[in-house]
Amino acid sequence: MKNIIRVGALTAVSALVLAACASAPEEEPAASSSATAGGETPVETVDYRPCMVSDAGGFDDKSFNQAGYEGLVSISEELGLEYNTVESQDGNEYGPNIDALVADGCDLIVTVGFLLGDATAAAAAANPDTNFAMIDNAFDEPVDNVKPILFSTNEAAFLAGYAAAATTATGTVATFGGINIPPVTVFMDGFYRGVNYFNETTGGDVTVLGWDGTDGSFTGDFEDATKGQNLTQGFIDQGADIILPVAGPVGLGAAAAAQAAGDTWIIGVDSDWTLTAPEYSDIILTSIMKNMGPAVHDVVNEAAVGAGFSAEAYFGTLENEGVGLGTTASVVSEDVLAELETITAGIIDGSIATS
Amino acid sequence: MSATTEAPATPEKDRDARGMLKEIVESQTLVVILAIVASLILGSVLIVIASAEVREAAVYFFSRPGDTFAAIGDAVVGAYQAMFQGAVFNSNGNSFAAQIKPFTQTLTVATPLIFAGLGLGIGFRAGLFNIGAQGQIVIGATLGGFIGWTWELPAGLHLLVAVIGCVVGGALWGFIPGILKARTGAHEVITTIMLNYIALNLVAFLLTKDAFQRPGSDNPQSPLIHETAEYPLILGEQFPLHLGFLIALAAAAGVWWLMERSTLGFQFRAVGANPSAARTAGMSVAKAYILVMTLAGALAGLAGSAQILGTEKSLTTDVAASFGFDAITVALLGRSRPVGTVMAAILFGGLRASGPALQVQAGLPVDIVLVIQSLIVLFIAAPPLVRFLFRLPTPTNVKEVAA
Repeated sequence: MKNIIRVGALTAVSALVLAACASAPEEEPAASSSATAGGETPVETVDYRPCMVSDAGGFDDKSFNQAGYEGLVSISEELGLEYNTVESQDGNEYGPNIDALVADGCDLIVTVGFLLGDATAAAAAANPDTNFAMIDNAFDEPVDNVKPILFSTNEAAFLAGYAAAATTATGTVATFGGINIPPVTVFMDGFYRGVNYFNETTGGDVTVLGWDGTDGSFTGDFEDATKGQNLTQGFIDQGADIILPVAGPVGLGAAAAAQAAGDTWIIGVDSDWTLTAPEYSDIILTSIMKNMGPAVHDVVNEAAVGAGFSAEAYFGTLENEGVGLGTTASVVSEDVLAELETITAGIIDGSIATS
Repeated sequence: MSATTEAPATPEKDRDARGMLKEIVESQTLVVILAIVASLILGSVLIVIASAEVREAAVYFFSRPGDTFAAIGDAVVGAYQAMFQGAVFNSNGNSFAAQIKPFTQTLTVATPLIFAGLGLGIGFRAGLFNIGAQGQIVIGATLGGFIGWTWELPAGLHLLVAVIGCVVGGALWGFIPGILKARTGAHEVITTIMLNYIALNLVAFLLTKDAFQRPGSDNPQSPLIHETAEYPLILGEQFPLHLGFLIALAAAAGVWWLMERSTLGFQFRAVGANPSAARTAGMSVAKAYILVMTLAGALAGLAGSAQILGTEKSLTTDVAASFGFDAITVALLGRSRPVGTVMAAILFGGLRASGPALQVQAGLPVDIVLVIQSLIVLFIAAPPLVRFLFRLPTPTNVKEVAA
């Protein structure tokens, strides 16, 4: 049995060595970087507990889970709220994860993505005292303790389409999606309409590959970056020099292909890619921002210290800056930027249709 | 086993795939338990590394080592406590029902694993390394689910028809690799893996069609199945445990009888032990392959029914989660025996059910649970490693009651 002791000792020693290596150089005991998930917060000023459940993508998806998560963290730090989060491994965990947060005493539970709709509905019915907010999903019949958070992404995608059509050197731009679902195709369709608007108003002849108004190119998932790379290479071979990948992390494969090809631009989605994917910042034409972070921030803020929770849907539009364009490359000329301002005003007052 | 009369098995001999499978299947109970212990120990190392408190305390380890040890203790105890509360008994619950709910959740999660694990276990004992449970679950759930949300039938009958739909779907998806193996010799590992892809993408395609979507929505998510097709909850509304669990236990008993008491089961085992000898003895190896794969598919289809009619109630591409692959582990861990499979499935169900509690209470990433599961598999698959670690003697005769 000597060996058991030996193994135990080895395990403990290696644990210590690994742990000590992690941050040995610093000596100040007051290591106060307590930005850990659900950890202790510095000052507790408001007694409100916001929580969030991711879908299977996880909070590190550089896309909508992450954006929502960042909104939750920022408002919690601002108000000194103690928050909690759970990542779902797969579709079977939505219900149990929401239940665990209810048991944890959360006041508001934000569920990210339409796949959590059923689980949110069940939990909302079973726990009338807990409030919920659903990103990208709404029920046919509004429920008293569920607030839908929705975005008119097509408006921002329209602007990006116009900017792309005005900037392309080859006269061909392209887009592709991860899976053929409305939250994805709404980007592609807005982009397509923006390009067409450019053609109509300026007499241009810019072609869109990958979306024809009803159907288009899809990689089939939101995980395999290689597929995005291959599809993008195909578009580049067909002459496209601006590509809009609407596929979460798969878009990074598109960026890799564009970078390798040179003289090719990528349009980011969901968040500002010059910030979330800085390694590609020199080839990001612009980003179609779905400002989920600010939306979550506002919803939590209102529920915690504002007018209180209401089940009324939150709509992110160009008007309230719930959607918009991110950092735009200098290749987009001043004239085009000025024209985008005019179009924005047109979309807001309804004179330009984006869907 | 027809080969039990052979000389003491040494790890060096018979290193082909069949031999390896046999060795895994026949590893001792003690080795299994020690493998779990070893993986929990290794798991705590990871928990310690993942713990932010330990990292903070380790910064000033040399000035106040006590803090680091306290943090390590808190992290490990906290994590395993959360695991226990999330999977077995929640002492913080304010009523008895709330306290035992975690265990019913464990059994619920274990249900599809029992079904699929039983099916795979039959295959393993017949010498077929079936990787296709995932696809069989998906197809079973698709067919059963379609019946569940489209047809209007009286309660009871509707459930029965939907369950049969699941069984037929799974059995069909098991029959294909079976007949390919029997008629053309196509290796079942390759065909089942490919059929998994076909099943998954087929469902993804179907979910773009109106018949598989909710009215007024284009999301790839089917309508909810009608209540008449749902497995009834056997312990009442506040517990998630459904009738599927009892059917799973009955299936385990049925598989035990089949494999240990029936002629057909004897043939399966004979084919698994030595197909040439079985053929010489007048058994039809082709028939055995087809039957085993179809049966395994039918059981995986029942796992699909536990998902679609029991817990999920709506078809998405994620309906099978990773149960088809977890079930391989479950069957290996349970040494392909029905009782072992049930126990292993409950263990895995517990590990999965504890995921939310581990994240919410202990603040750990859910990946740790996956790592611990994977470590268990690693140790199970390498009995000599566990024997070496714990200084166990090499077994001289691992004879099962069987044969």
